[in-house]
Amino acid sequence: MEQPLLEIRNLTTRFHTRGGMLNAADDVSLTVNKGEIVGVVGESGCGKSVTSLSVLRLVSAPGEIAGGSILFEGEDLLAKTRTQMLQVRGKDISMIFQEPMTSLNPVYTVGRQVAEALLVHNPGSGRPGSRKQARKDARAEAIRIFGLVGISEPESRFDSYPHQLSGGLRQRIMIAMALICKPKLIIADEPTTALDVTIEAQILRLMKALQKETGASIMLISHNLGVIAETCDRVYVMYAGKVMEEADVFELFGRTLHPYTMGLLASIPRKNVCVDPDDATATGSGPRPGIRLHSIPGNVPDLTRLPGGCRFSPRCSEVMDICRQKEPGLFEAGSGTGSGAVHRVRCWKYDTAARSVS
Amino acid sequence: MSGVLVEARGLVKHFPVEKSVFSSKNAVVHAVDGVSLTIREGETLACVGESGCGKSTLGRLLIRLIEPTAGTVSFQGEDITELKAAELRKRKRNMQIIFQDPYASLDPRMRVVDIVGEPLVTHRLASGKELGERVGSLLDMVGLDRSHLSRYPHMFSGGQRQRIGIARALALDPKFIVCDEPVSALDVSIQSQIINLLLELREKKDLTYFFISHDLNVVRHISDSVCVMFLGKVMEYGPTKDVYDRPLHPYSLFLISAAPVPDPKCRYDDKLILQGEIPSPVNPPAGCRFHTRCPYVQDICKHEEPVPRESAGRYVSCHFPLDPK
Repeated sequence: MEQPLLEIRNLTTRFHTRGGMLNAADDVSLTVNKGEIVGVVGESGCGKSVTSLSVLRLVSAPGEIAGGSILFEGEDLLAKTRTQMLQVRGKDISMIFQEPMTSLNPVYTVGRQVAEALLVHNPGSGRPGSRKQARKDARAEAIRIFGLVGISEPESRFDSYPHQLSGGLRQRIMIAMALICKPKLIIADEPTTALDVTIEAQILRLMKALQKETGASIMLISHNLGVIAETCDRVYVMYAGKVMEEADVFELFGRTLHPYTMGLLASIPRKNVCVDPDDATATGSGPRPGIRLHSIPGNVPDLTRLPGGCRFSPRCSEVMDICRQKEPGLFEAGSGTGSGAVHRVRCWKYDTAARSVS
Repeated sequence: MSGVLVEARGLVKHFPVEKSVFSSKNAVVHAVDGVSLTIREGETLACVGESGCGKSTLGRLLIRLIEPTAGTVSFQGEDITELKAAELRKRKRNMQIIFQDPYASLDPRMRVVDIVGEPLVTHRLASGKELGERVGSLLDMVGLDRSHLSRYPHMFSGGQRQRIGIARALALDPKFIVCDEPVSALDVSIQSQIINLLLELREKKDLTYFFISHDLNVVRHISDSVCVMFLGKVMEYGPTKDVYDRPLHPYSLFLISAAPVPDPKCRYDDKLILQGEIPSPVNPPAGCRFHTRCPYVQDICKHEEPVPRESAGRYVSCHFPLDPK
């Protein structure tokens, strides 16, 4: 098999807090292959954002990367110097943040902010006129990218300020900024969470189309299982800092193994039948109002006071004695349907049937 | 079903926008622009729409937390829009609200007993020992521990805080509760706990909900009827099942099909996606407000506002409603 584009091995990122030390990402291993859209899904505090920030080494005090390695095209990003990292950020790996409202600078035009990424990595040589030329080129390229991400009137939008644009347009600007240096990996942290549902659908479609066109890989972080199901090839489910289950997307939703993933899927109110693509007005009959939803009892644990054994055990409906005593490893549970990606699950239920990989 | 509990007729709410240095005239946000609806006793009416469509403003108007620019709201057959403050306060015992953000809607310096007990104190219904007792039983009802009475909000998780908010809304034993996005700030696994609690309370206490949400899956699950809003106007209104299964308005169709489905088998590339952005409520488009995004737009839509049509319990505001088959 060819070398994965990104390979996170046993990453541990910890935070020193008043309540004690906590591992926000705890022994996380994750790979992203070339041209793949990988989803990372979980509830707040599960470590999905921290994992993505660790890849770009953007975790700041009181947090620190305490162990593991992050291989990007075979090179360990954790071993790079600060200056070397500046070459990676924005150029090889770029990021789309959740809040298009707060991640743009309000006092610069959006065009300038998008072109900046290009200028930082291509400032032009010292020759007279070369800088001016670089700026001109950057502007032209930014306008081209604006068109690519579906911004109407790209020429005039270049000189707009963020407050003049709607949420959807701002998110397109963020995507343009992430794309302009033709990165190999785009990390999208909840890219559609702040958007309305019709705009969300537009942005997800755009990201998929751009992925096909540019061949870049995407690591998509979301709490929304619907977004993950519609977009990703492979999925990691995280809970309280650990990867609980990883599988091909069809496998994960079709043959869910971990009780946590099952619980999450069952908690979403949904119709049983999906809309037929040929006939958009025909939808299945939904559940009768008043029917109780499945719910996972209890709350997400405090990371400074994790329960012993499996960290999901206090909320798990299928808990066994061993779950409370010993932390389960990631067990392989076959590759099943789909692309043939390995299905791994961190649950003692699958210990007998499968052999441990850890 | 039983009688009408809440009835809104021609509700309008305009918010003035602060005068800009560059413009001479005062702009107005048309938050809610002529909404009429009826909520029967025991019914859950959901209101869906995207940001800025006026759904929260409508919820606040229904219990007169804000004053309407025009139109009336009647509660149990009585017009509450003209009531004096003291009279209104008495009626407010029957109408309460649960807010979206459980972090912002609880005073961090008040203990749980003060937060949940405040409505009882304001309406002089309990004090002293009895107050503690009443608050305790309210906490039981929403699934919180009685021993948490003197804790502060920061000591609770998001889901627990939302339970406190619900207990506060229940304190006066209301008939009608406006739920303004009560689960959208919560994690998936906690969301279903709160939805179940709302369902349970509805049955136990014969509550009527006006349920505001942008989450179409949640709305389908909890509501009997649904009204779809766009830029301050009701586009479609009818029984939830009918609207979801056979939407009449193009906007409802696109809104429902845009919601991501948690099943990769339901993925398809030619999914209907609405183009364009939501127009500004300061300058809503002429004619039908949806015409700038509507894929089925015709000439008449650009000039003439559609007259709402009603048939068989369904209401639609469109020149060319979809075939209900």
